[in-house]
Amino acid sequence: MSRLGELLDKGDELIITGEAPVIDGGTLEDYEAKLAELALWCDAMNATDNTAAHAHASNVAMAIAMQRVGVEPILQVVCRDKNRIAQQADIMGVALHGVENICCLTGDDVTAGDEPEARRVFDLDGPQLIRLANSLKEGRYLSGRKIEPAPSLVIGAVENPATHPLDYRAQRAAKKILAGARFLQLQICYHPERLEAFVAALHLNGFTEKCAILPSVVAVKGPGPLRFMDSSVPGISVPAETIARVADADDSAEEAYQLVLEQCQHALALPGVRGLHLTDFRKDGSISRLCTDLGIRPRSERESRANDFALAN
Amino acid sequence: MGLIAAIEHVIKKPIWDCQMCGQCVLHDTGMTCPMTCPKTLRNGPCGGVREDGHCEVKPEMRCVWVKAEDRSRNMPLLPTVWREHFNNLRPPVDNRLKGDSSWKNAISGRDKETPPGWTPATEAPEAEAKA
Repeated sequence: MSRLGELLDKGDELIITGEAPVIDGGTLEDYEAKLAELALWCDAMNATDNTAAHAHASNVAMAIAMQRVGVEPILQVVCRDKNRIAQQADIMGVALHGVENICCLTGDDVTAGDEPEARRVFDLDGPQLIRLANSLKEGRYLSGRKIEPAPSLVIGAVENPATHPLDYRAQRAAKKILAGARFLQLQICYHPERLEAFVAALHLNGFTEKCAILPSVVAVKGPGPLRFMDSSVPGISVPAETIARVADADDSAEEAYQLVLEQCQHALALPGVRGLHLTDFRKDGSISRLCTDLGIRPRSERESRANDFALAN
Repeated sequence: MGLIAAIEHVIKKPIWDCQMCGQCVLHDTGMTCPMTCPKTLRNGPCGGVREDGHCEVKPEMRCVWVKAEDRSRNMPLLPTVWREHFNNLRPPVDNRLKGDSSWKNAISGRDKETPPGWTPATEAPEAEAKA
């Protein structure tokens, strides 16, 4: 079973996932070098599926590449570009290569990308895709046709705790958990009180025992990316005072680091949170600094010796 | 399009902007047609809803699911059972039914048919018992 699957079965140890950088050309060796820092810390990393509706090397190719360089992949599958037949084929295809972790997303619309004139698919939606992946895991295609042997799959999804309708987001997460999601990577959230309310609602109703909640953080270097996310990334809003805090600091890069450190500390202190999902836009060693400051051991140590990070209960 | 479908279209298009998917779920979604969502999502809002509650794809339009969620809670006279259905996991659309009358398909039960792999194996005996 995948390391992520084992950690989910254990139920009480820290889980760190990461967003693998996209591939636009280059060799497997180039890619290995790009993955290196995050790979030191992450139990598994997302092989993304045309992020923000921009074409890149495919999720399937990326997952296989990661597998080949010794990084455990999570195959992201979005609903924007492919219909249910192709989605099943992709999941079965990576399973052939030993990839077990699947993350099911609805996905950004084509208008979020650089080819907004493309046809959008959305044959399924995110919750339906979770159920479909579970069907494959049970040894059946959606049609009912048998799969022998059934692939071993570890199925997860995403949710945005910070956008509207705010009070409904935890219910939508619960719907995904009931459909079979065992981990939820949350969208990046710059409203701590919204994250708190979301996690608390899931925790109160026992859903955090069935599913690992992994809030996302992104390491940025200054106010630019914060402004970009606020204006251009669907579903993310960054309060003006948060942007100002970074923009007005004497050392913006350091202030941006402190901001992400605080976000991690806040998230990890919430009862029901099992770990973090990390994205690195700084590419200056900040992920290592961040994990060290948080008291998180490198993956190899967590794997072989002690995964003793104290999670909130 | 048959006569029944034509009548249905004439009534439902002006009121709900009905897209004639042939498998109507309006009653479960706060009397708000999920097929008017640009992503045609049938299981709730995507993560791209804007800070003002508007649609990621059409910024001038209030998110269909923000509207649906609000109505499913607050719309007067909506039967409680319909409100309770809001969180149900709705199955994938059967694209063969597009253009058909959903009234006809509701009466015949055709709109409830799902692919055999849709019902989890663990729930299948129960589902069969119900049927």
